[in-house]
Amino acid sequence: MNATAHDAADRPVIPRLELEGVTKRFPGVVANEDVDLRVMPGEIHALLGENGAGKSTLVKCMYGVHQPDEGRIHWEGDPVTIATPAQARHLGIGMVFQHFSLFETLTIAENIALGLEDVNDDPRNLDDRIVEVSELYGLPLDPRRTVLKLSVGERQRVEIVRCLLQHPGLLIMDEPTSVLTPTEIERLFTTLRQLRDEGISILYISHKLAEIQQLCESATVLRHGRVSAHCDPREETPHSLAEMMIGSEIPRAERPASTPTPAPVLRLDGLSRPTDDPFGVSLVDMNLDVHGGEVMGIAGVSGNGQAELMRLLSGEDTSGDPTRIRLGDEAVGGLDPAERRRRGIAFVPEERLGRGSVPDMDLVENTLLTGAYQGLVGRGFIRFARARQLAERIRERFDVRTPSVDAQARSLSGGNLQKFIVGREIEQHPRVLIAGQPTWGVDVGAAAAIHQALVDLRAQGCALLVFSEDLDELFEISDRVAVIFNGHLSPAKPVAETSYEEVGRWMGGLFPGADGGSTREGAHDVA
Amino acid sequence: MEIAGFNIVTWLAATLVMGTPLVLAGLGEFLAEKTGVLNLGTEGMMLVGAVSGFIAFVETDSQIAGFAVSMLAGAAMASLFALLTQTFRANQVASGLALTIFGVGLSAFMGRPYEGEGIQGLAKLHIPLLSDIPVLGPILFQQDPMVYLSIAIGAAVIYFTYHTRAGLVMRAVGESPESAHAMGYRVIGIRYLAVLSGGALAGLGGAYMSLVEPHLWVEGLVAGRGWIAVALVVFASWRPGRVMAGAYLFGGITRLGFELQGLGVPIPSQALSSLPYIATIVVLVILSRDRTKLRLNRPASLTKPFFATG
Repeated sequence: MNATAHDAADRPVIPRLELEGVTKRFPGVVANEDVDLRVMPGEIHALLGENGAGKSTLVKCMYGVHQPDEGRIHWEGDPVTIATPAQARHLGIGMVFQHFSLFETLTIAENIALGLEDVNDDPRNLDDRIVEVSELYGLPLDPRRTVLKLSVGERQRVEIVRCLLQHPGLLIMDEPTSVLTPTEIERLFTTLRQLRDEGISILYISHKLAEIQQLCESATVLRHGRVSAHCDPREETPHSLAEMMIGSEIPRAERPASTPTPAPVLRLDGLSRPTDDPFGVSLVDMNLDVHGGEVMGIAGVSGNGQAELMRLLSGEDTSGDPTRIRLGDEAVGGLDPAERRRRGIAFVPEERLGRGSVPDMDLVENTLLTGAYQGLVGRGFIRFARARQLAERIRERFDVRTPSVDAQARSLSGGNLQKFIVGREIEQHPRVLIAGQPTWGVDVGAAAAIHQALVDLRAQGCALLVFSEDLDELFEISDRVAVIFNGHLSPAKPVAETSYEEVGRWMGGLFPGADGGSTREGAHDVA
Repeated sequence: MEIAGFNIVTWLAATLVMGTPLVLAGLGEFLAEKTGVLNLGTEGMMLVGAVSGFIAFVETDSQIAGFAVSMLAGAAMASLFALLTQTFRANQVASGLALTIFGVGLSAFMGRPYEGEGIQGLAKLHIPLLSDIPVLGPILFQQDPMVYLSIAIGAAVIYFTYHTRAGLVMRAVGESPESAHAMGYRVIGIRYLAVLSGGALAGLGGAYMSLVEPHLWVEGLVAGRGWIAVALVVFASWRPGRVMAGAYLFGGITRLGFELQGLGVPIPSQALSSLPYIATIVVLVILSRDRTKLRLNRPASLTKPFFATG
């Protein structure tokens, strides 16, 4: 027997990246404690955990943004210290960030050139290389285009191509699907599998269980900064994975029965608004009825007109024909936000800090901002005692975890602040509640509480309009869903009569009345 | 080329001269702003550059020494501003205003012994053959060397900004210092370089006035041209070619006002002297109406201090 061959067969495969006992502390918190993780060559490895479980910190330790306080990192079997992102790239670690790090006003080629080490590259040559790599992996890109004009999916491709041009051994993807349509996700997975087959390791960070089961061969699950399990997700159930992730089953909102009012409470009647921002979206002939006692979900990848529609609904933008937005029989399209609130429309804006609350004001003051009509102001003076009472009530009823209502809004975690804002709006006893991405970036527990609060409000006869990119959320709480795409609004369908697949197709622009000649990303994807 | 006593050729030739200090200071301000730093100290840097260059020339009798010292003086002023705004992250607007006030006082103090001193201005070149072309010759090919140097600097700035990797990094820093930092570029260092280069160009622009036209030193010689340079960058929507065009437009109309006054045209002199400001702003605003282009050229991080975070 040939001894060398025998050795080769028996020799264990060296992990591409191995973490041993990595601990990272920040003042007051231990973000990661004693984390072991091993990514093998040519494997798609999931890093699973809730928001705040320490995934991002761990990844930043691998990419040289943070230095671990304890523990060792091995690359291809050799112990390494990764001091900077540049050094990580030099080793062969590429990273696609959740919030893209692209320069909007530069072209794709310029953006990629900035991230490459080989400085003296002729730009024309770089264009060719970008086209070559992007075609090879099914990520079509025109290097001459300015990033500002790209869809989110295209921006992600730019980041991936940028990594691939550096011939990485390990590609880290941080929540890559959170901004993509279902079709785009499918396409990304095809690319990732192709990369894996070529021997590139992929560390895939997510909290979406279904995706991980579909894509990954192994997983490391984090909970409160510690590893709660190593497993093969294909052999687990969503239930068991959820248990590893949050320690219990993911709670679902209970939907009490509700009878929608016969007449719509909120109506959009042929609402149009040409944009005057060169990178905005024009709204075209939107029609929608929302009845009391129902949740209307509006699905869509952000940037398809949600922001523009929200501004029209909230009264920040009062241009155009006021009769196109109706509350009951009354035209409200010309009223300012305060007037609309007085008539019973409440808002939970997408931006928690800045629109939903004033970051430097405490919770009492933030209660006053939208609650002024609840008898909190008398003869021009603020009734602070009443405002405080209301803030305290919101804190108790909606389980807002903060030491005191005197805390500044910015000091609350995303989930707690969002519970406070939703609670504050519900306390206005609105006829209509309009919410943009109500659980974006919120932990699972708080998201469940918010869903429950919205569904409870529906049972009281309020009309709810909820914008979201998260189909799971919409299918959980909505009675009907419509899709917004490139400024067009699809017909609304009862949730029971539609499916993820259909809504996913609609999010790509394939619904009756969508602009067929659209140049936006999704349309190409499907067509 | 005379119409009713008004010589168009002389006027256009003088336009290049009048525009040159603005071209230099404007390009300097452009570099700083393109990395996201608004330096309102241009007026002060020009004044200190003008007086330093003047003193150096009087003491050494060398034009080259005069211009070199003016650039060093401008850069020294700029380094003070960079220290405040980049290292200590002071407010850029307040620091820039302070720099101008400081420069006004410092230049008056430094220049007192030299005020009224007569010096020889920079001689005009006569480029062989070309300068004999009718009309164009006197306008374009009978200028002093600094006019040509400033045009060359303008071409170099345009090439640097849009065709070199260093220029790409400069634009990237102005667009998103956070992303540039994340990619391993030294944001503060790059901003220092841009602010210092801008200061050197502002100093040179000032020296053009004290050494070439009108080649003398009086207190407050620059007379607001530093502010015009800052305004030009904004109204030219951060495009160096337009900064230069705006500078010449302003210079030309200023000169036109002088000529008309000389001819005794019955327009109040105040109206004539406000004409260049109005005309330049109107023209540049009309040119920069395209919001898409504005968004593409405006450095998004302008005036925002950068804090490196982990």
